[in-house]
Amino acid sequence: MSQAALQKLKERFPDAVTETYAGKGGDDVALVKKEAIAEVCRFLKEDPEMLFDMAPYITAADYMGSEPRFDVVYQMYSTKKNHRIRLRVGVPESDPVLASVTPIWKGANWYERYCWDMYGIRFEGHPDPRRLYMYEEFVGHPLRKDYSLRGRQPLVPERTVDEPFRGPGPTGG
Amino acid sequence: MAKESDNLLVVPPVPAESPLDAPFPSKRMLVNLGPSHPAMHGTVRAVVELDGETIHGMKLDIGFLHRGFEKTCENVTWTQVFPYTDRLNYVSSIMNNVGYAMAVEKLCGLQIPERAQYLRVITSELHRMCDHFTLVSAMGLELGAMTVLIYGMEARDLIWDRLTELCGARLTSNYARVGGVSRDVPEGWGEKVERTLDRAAEMADEIDRLLTRNRIVIDRTRGTGVISRADAIDYGFTGPCLRASGEPYDVRKASPYLVYDRLDFDVPVGTNGDNFDRYLMRMEELKQSDRIVRQCFAQMQPGAIASDDPRFVLPPKPEVYGTIEGAMAHFKIIMEGIKVPAGEAYAYVEAANGELGFYAVSDGGGRPYKLGVRAPGWNMLMALPQIMEGHMLADLIPTFDTVNMIGGEVEQ
Repeated sequence: MSQAALQKLKERFPDAVTETYAGKGGDDVALVKKEAIAEVCRFLKEDPEMLFDMAPYITAADYMGSEPRFDVVYQMYSTKKNHRIRLRVGVPESDPVLASVTPIWKGANWYERYCWDMYGIRFEGHPDPRRLYMYEEFVGHPLRKDYSLRGRQPLVPERTVDEPFRGPGPTGG
Repeated sequence: MAKESDNLLVVPPVPAESPLDAPFPSKRMLVNLGPSHPAMHGTVRAVVELDGETIHGMKLDIGFLHRGFEKTCENVTWTQVFPYTDRLNYVSSIMNNVGYAMAVEKLCGLQIPERAQYLRVITSELHRMCDHFTLVSAMGLELGAMTVLIYGMEARDLIWDRLTELCGARLTSNYARVGGVSRDVPEGWGEKVERTLDRAAEMADEIDRLLTRNRIVIDRTRGTGVISRADAIDYGFTGPCLRASGEPYDVRKASPYLVYDRLDFDVPVGTNGDNFDRYLMRMEELKQSDRIVRQCFAQMQPGAIASDDPRFVLPPKPEVYGTIEGAMAHFKIIMEGIKVPAGEAYAYVEAANGELGFYAVSDGGGRPYKLGVRAPGWNMLMALPQIMEGHMLADLIPTFDTVNMIGGEVEQ
């Protein structure tokens, strides 16, 4: 974890970084505004003092009842500098759209698909914005806190699709 | 003169009359590998676009093994999560237990006794050996060397026998607890483990002699499934797969946890990033894990195996049965779960395949509010289409082996 990297980030983006704090067990955390996430991530990857070159672990959390409702969390690591920080981005329920960081790190691809699948947070500019685990006809986003534990999913009618990757049916040539 | 030679050059060659020399008309074909296929390790579906035997596009479809790990964990107490973490990487479950326990301890600010730290390291390293034996044997099997599987399984099951004596199960060990480990080693266990390690080292040498200089294995693994150092980092590779590409990142060295800073071991680093290097990383790590376990037995002192903080750890059984305070503390922890202070923490350990991270959020109650898992296999599997682009279908099989994707942790 790196207090210095956090300090530098705060100086470079005084508006986008709303708060920084030392979390439990020495994790260094920055709260970042949703609009600036792509810009902040690009800076973190490319700045010679930051060099967060490894693809971050991205996940989300649903704080239902508070505003903003969702939190997208990026665990950053730099192999060159051996330091870590965590970014937290608040995402409101009314507009759950965020800029994708997959163009910056290829390894962010499936984590963002996971966030869409499980929490319904969309990533703009993602090259392949499908669900990761669930099937396309799945209704709802299972890790949201208001997803019913005892609910049932509707039956999926048999489908004929031309796109062979999607499921059964002829390959379409 | 010059003009004549130019004319000579532009005369097209006479087309070969022999039908053997004619170009074979080829058409792209889509092949569905999996989800239930012996070489697909679990239930991953790969749609491969082939031109002849060359892969021109590949899409992965995962989720057939999705059990809702996170949702389940949000609805059980912090301690009840341990058996679920066993099922993430089921070949080396204790490392999952330890990673999760460390995340909760980070939230609680709990220090664990030294003996418990040593026991966690010993069991983790034994399970790392199991994982690597499994990988190497499976790779041998799928490349046609079934003998390797027999040797590897013998070594792995010997180690699992020792772990069964310790925690009562081969696979679903459920060994770590918040604040320590669940039980101390049985009488004479240390010597038995060292004898087992001797035998396992013999098996590793047999495998080494069978595979490492084997012409077929070298032809099929060297230069196949290559990923460069920059790409590996960009994809978030960790563990042996990253080190095979030349990046010496190992959590045990970069940010030592438990007692790894007191142990003397080396981290092997490769150069080519191909299947052969990834295989060699595993063979060398088997030896290093062996060293670590022996050092731990030499350094470990008798003592407590769990913290005595009554907020997070169950009281000893004589107190539970003999005193009202003990009975009440036991009841509260079992029925309501331990009260983990509100906050979020990310703890990470070096599991057999790389950095295994747990992002835990607590709202101060007895259950996890959120528990995210950074499974190391995720990133490796994600990169597979790029690694395989333009290569032969037959190279997919060893590549799938050496990236060692484990369905349990990737599909959660």
